[in-house]
Amino acid sequence: MSVLLIAEHNNKNLKPFTLNAISAASKIDAEVHVLVAGSGCESVAKEVAAVPLVKKVLLCDSPNYQNYLPENLAPLVTKNADKYDHIVASANTFGKNFMPRVAAALDTSQVSDVIKVNSPDTFVRPIYAGNAFATVKSNDKKRCVTIRPTSFEPAPKTGGSAQVEKVDAVDVPNFSKFVKREETKSERPELGTARIVVSGGRGLESGENFKLINDIADKLNAAVGASRAAVDAGYISNDHQVGQTGKVVVPDLYIAVGISGAIQHLAGMKESKIIVAINKDGEAPIFSIADYGLEADLFKALPEFLSELNKLNTIQK
Amino acid sequence: MARETMQYDVVIVGAGPSGLSTAIKLKQLEPKLNICILEKGAEVGAHILSGNVLETRALDELLPKWKEQGAPVKTKVSKEKFLFLGKKSSLSWPTWLLPAVQKNHNNYIVSLANLCRWLAEQAEKLGVEIFPGFPASEVLYNEDGSVKGVATLDMGLDKEGNKKDGYQEGMELHAKVTVFSEGCRGHLGKQLIKKFNLDEGKNPQQYGIGLKEIWEVSEEQHQEGLVMHTAGWPLDSKTYGGSFIYHAENKQIFLGYVIGLDYQNPHLSPFDEFQRFKTHKAIRKMFEGGKRISFGARALIEGGLQSLPKMYMPGALLVGCDAGTLNMPKIKGTHTAMKSGMIAAETIVEHIKNKRKLSLYEELFKKSWVYQELHAARNVKPSFSWGLLFGIIFTGIDQILFRGKLPFTLKHKHADHEALKPANQMPKIEYPKPDGKLTFDKTSSVYLTGTNHTENQPVHLKLKNKYLPIQYNLREYDEPAQRYCPVGVYEVQKNEFVINSQNCIHCKTCDIKEPSQNITWVAPEGGGGPKYGNM
Amino acid sequence: MKILVAVKRVIDYNVQIRVKEDGSGVHTDNVKMSTNPPDDNATEESVKLKESGKVKEIVAVTIGDDKAQETVRKALAVGADRGIHVKSDTYIEPLGIAKILKKVVEKEKPDMVFLGKQAIDDDCNQTGQMLAAMLNWPQATFSSKVTLKDKSMEIVREIDEGLETVEVNLPAVVTCDLRLNEPRYASLPNIMKAKKKPIDQMVAKDLGVDITNRVQQLKVEEPPKRKAGIKVANVAELVSKLKNEAKVI
Repeated sequence: MSVLLIAEHNNKNLKPFTLNAISAASKIDAEVHVLVAGSGCESVAKEVAAVPLVKKVLLCDSPNYQNYLPENLAPLVTKNADKYDHIVASANTFGKNFMPRVAAALDTSQVSDVIKVNSPDTFVRPIYAGNAFATVKSNDKKRCVTIRPTSFEPAPKTGGSAQVEKVDAVDVPNFSKFVKREETKSERPELGTARIVVSGGRGLESGENFKLINDIADKLNAAVGASRAAVDAGYISNDHQVGQTGKVVVPDLYIAVGISGAIQHLAGMKESKIIVAINKDGEAPIFSIADYGLEADLFKALPEFLSELNKLNTIQK
Repeated sequence: MARETMQYDVVIVGAGPSGLSTAIKLKQLEPKLNICILEKGAEVGAHILSGNVLETRALDELLPKWKEQGAPVKTKVSKEKFLFLGKKSSLSWPTWLLPAVQKNHNNYIVSLANLCRWLAEQAEKLGVEIFPGFPASEVLYNEDGSVKGVATLDMGLDKEGNKKDGYQEGMELHAKVTVFSEGCRGHLGKQLIKKFNLDEGKNPQQYGIGLKEIWEVSEEQHQEGLVMHTAGWPLDSKTYGGSFIYHAENKQIFLGYVIGLDYQNPHLSPFDEFQRFKTHKAIRKMFEGGKRISFGARALIEGGLQSLPKMYMPGALLVGCDAGTLNMPKIKGTHTAMKSGMIAAETIVEHIKNKRKLSLYEELFKKSWVYQELHAARNVKPSFSWGLLFGIIFTGIDQILFRGKLPFTLKHKHADHEALKPANQMPKIEYPKPDGKLTFDKTSSVYLTGTNHTENQPVHLKLKNKYLPIQYNLREYDEPAQRYCPVGVYEVQKNEFVINSQNCIHCKTCDIKEPSQNITWVAPEGGGGPKYGNM
Repeated sequence: MKILVAVKRVIDYNVQIRVKEDGSGVHTDNVKMSTNPPDDNATEESVKLKESGKVKEIVAVTIGDDKAQETVRKALAVGADRGIHVKSDTYIEPLGIAKILKKVVEKEKPDMVFLGKQAIDDDCNQTGQMLAAMLNWPQATFSSKVTLKDKSMEIVREIDEGLETVEVNLPAVVTCDLRLNEPRYASLPNIMKAKKKPIDQMVAKDLGVDITNRVQQLKVEEPPKRKAGIKVANVAELVSKLKNEAKVI
């Protein structure tokens, strides 16, 4: 039996996290089918069909699904769920929004935010904000699962040629309406979702010196974070705070500059894929979790870092 | 505009052992009384920290059926040890040579926080209203100068004191009698002692700081019921202090260190002394491989009878360690605190029913066993100002030969904040780096306390003179706040004095030890501070 | 109009949780418990709507053991009118909770149900959506701004890309984000008044719904500790490692 995965897209392009969900789904069962529901979204279906891990694409092209309203999307998924053992989506605001409606309609318990697939019915998921991991076994016949995208590698995008099958739209309840979407257009990516985060701590010594952090962040297209100490000292506003009482971030690359590594801070970033620490105190606790530690005076190291980065011309934007 | 007001017969400030005992005893004597307890912690027990080896004498009197009622008093002391530590050696002191007051065979190892939670349940069953998360922040007075009650703190103010969205004005609680049971160095109790000159003719109060950790150890390392104390290393002989190691239930060990706050060396850090203590080879093996699960600290009162202020004033009473009823040689204050609360309750009933004066409290107190205990114990702590060796010899004579009945009383000469010597006259202390397994830094320790204060609220650690820390303390004492605070609230950064008030665990050490008494601890927003579990 | 607000009792968010050695869960004895933080936002928003005059009654509901009633009392102390406690001494997963809430909704017939977006203990983020589906109502999740109209609500939702505005017809389910509002503090007199407000008692297993848990918790463990990597000698080496070894820049 196979897996039905619901693609996230903007009717033109596939959202990258879907690729991570596809690779997770393929760990549940090799027979991964992807539902692309949207309006004028044929190009997305083509994109998905090219993903080698995808065995079949279901395309439902209807104005009903233009804005992925959960009230409209969930009945479509439910109707197509018959042939599948697993219904899968990313555990982001897209998947979290509609999947429980599917699970309720199917009278099945959902397994949320899976970070590891042990077997088709057994999964690992974080609880207590990641302070514990629970291994859970679903005894339902049909399983609704959402995947934490950052815990899985994205599936390769090209080389496949899955068949695209059209499916019919279903009636919509007409009790909810999309009004508008305002995408955050900050010059830098959102701290919570950025691929790279550069954070500064009290070692920066002043708010002005955060310019050194900002310059690196601009170069790497990274978000700017800060330790609680830096926020408390007034160097930067508290919406930049990473840690237990601030934001929990899981970027591919986390660069901690002048941060000693108080445990409250570590709680907010220790799941990052690669951690870099730059600190002049070689004994700072941050080094105990850093993949790459540089024991140096940040006021020398950061300008040097920037000029090294400037030499590279391969940095992704 | 006037604040909202509520009227009670008795308002009690602080839901610790003394306040709860006062409330329970009041209801037992006179069920009709309207009684309310204010508690600054987010729940009862959240701000309670103690060793604790409990002598059940007061509990037996207050709630004789405590066993049947399920009090969390279960682990009877089964074995005792006393160790003198040298730098590399340890000497076990025969227990038969310990003064009787330091013997514990009828006592229990308890979590005082849990005991308070249970006492609060008993009090609520009797109809006492307990309000956790509401600090009393202000004493209210009648026109004749007597205490009228207290006001709770305004909630929802920002750093500058402006009202935020969730703002909630504080309210006034008026009472026939207000009981202050805030524990050691209560911030209202301190004001009352000053206003009514309650300490006139008394010796300066003496304090200590107690640090505690709870460890989970292996079965082999655990011996339920074992009570152990140490003296000596790492403290020098001029510094008063020692450790406690209590083997509680569930493979847990309550491990703590107490240091007298009359220490002289401004370079001393009580937190780091405690951490260093654990590295002694006799101690290390007890914890190696185990897991530290809790941390906390709290100041305690050591002055005893010589420093005990007058405990009554018009309209109000001080009970427990808000006055200072701890028995230092016994290292116990729970039973005496509870008893003082029970005596206060008897006094209040007599006051309300029969118009007896509140001075009755002192009469009853002097007739009680608490007074006898404190009287017998009075000379121990001051004798240690002669150093550890003479202190021990004197204490042996005083406590073993004369059972505290020597016909003279030693004095406490100085307040703790006067004890520090200039930094350049005292040796610097190099503390070993924490290893993260047996020894820890302050940050990871405060994390275990669950401490938080709502961000953006007025700083609750007030400086009388904001220039003093840098212009005087730093030069003279290398700003000792950086070290006496067990959780790193105070830091000197680039010649600036930083107060990380959100880390404060309400131990009150700064309020006591600051050399110029420049720091005043006031109650922060309700529910702030630590969230201790079974401390 | 009438609002049903659902509140859950969880380990206080400041408490550092401790995993049990036998892997059966986390320690909860003598641990400070509180209302799930976004549930406080749900209550606050309900009270604001009541203060605006459009809502007449707020009913607060919780499901759990006897102590769970504390969360209802807290909601009553900040402005809910009455409470419902559905008693259950065992853990019920979101599917079962949604079924119980559906029963309560059928009895109370509210125009809106407000919940927190997610509980900070099991981090499931399901109950509100499941309840909406079972009732066949529209939903607004991750709400950060609520505007109540005559027969609908306009709601701004926090989504990964930014903000989304939707309009949902009443009746509807709203799950609340922490940024929706700043929950007020309860005043002492209101806490006392709350002690006198009624809390109806129900028993979960008597409600005639299947609340058997379908997901079995096999074990709970601490997340693996991260190990220290290497120290690099200089900035050039760092950049080269990031580019060639870690391949993150």
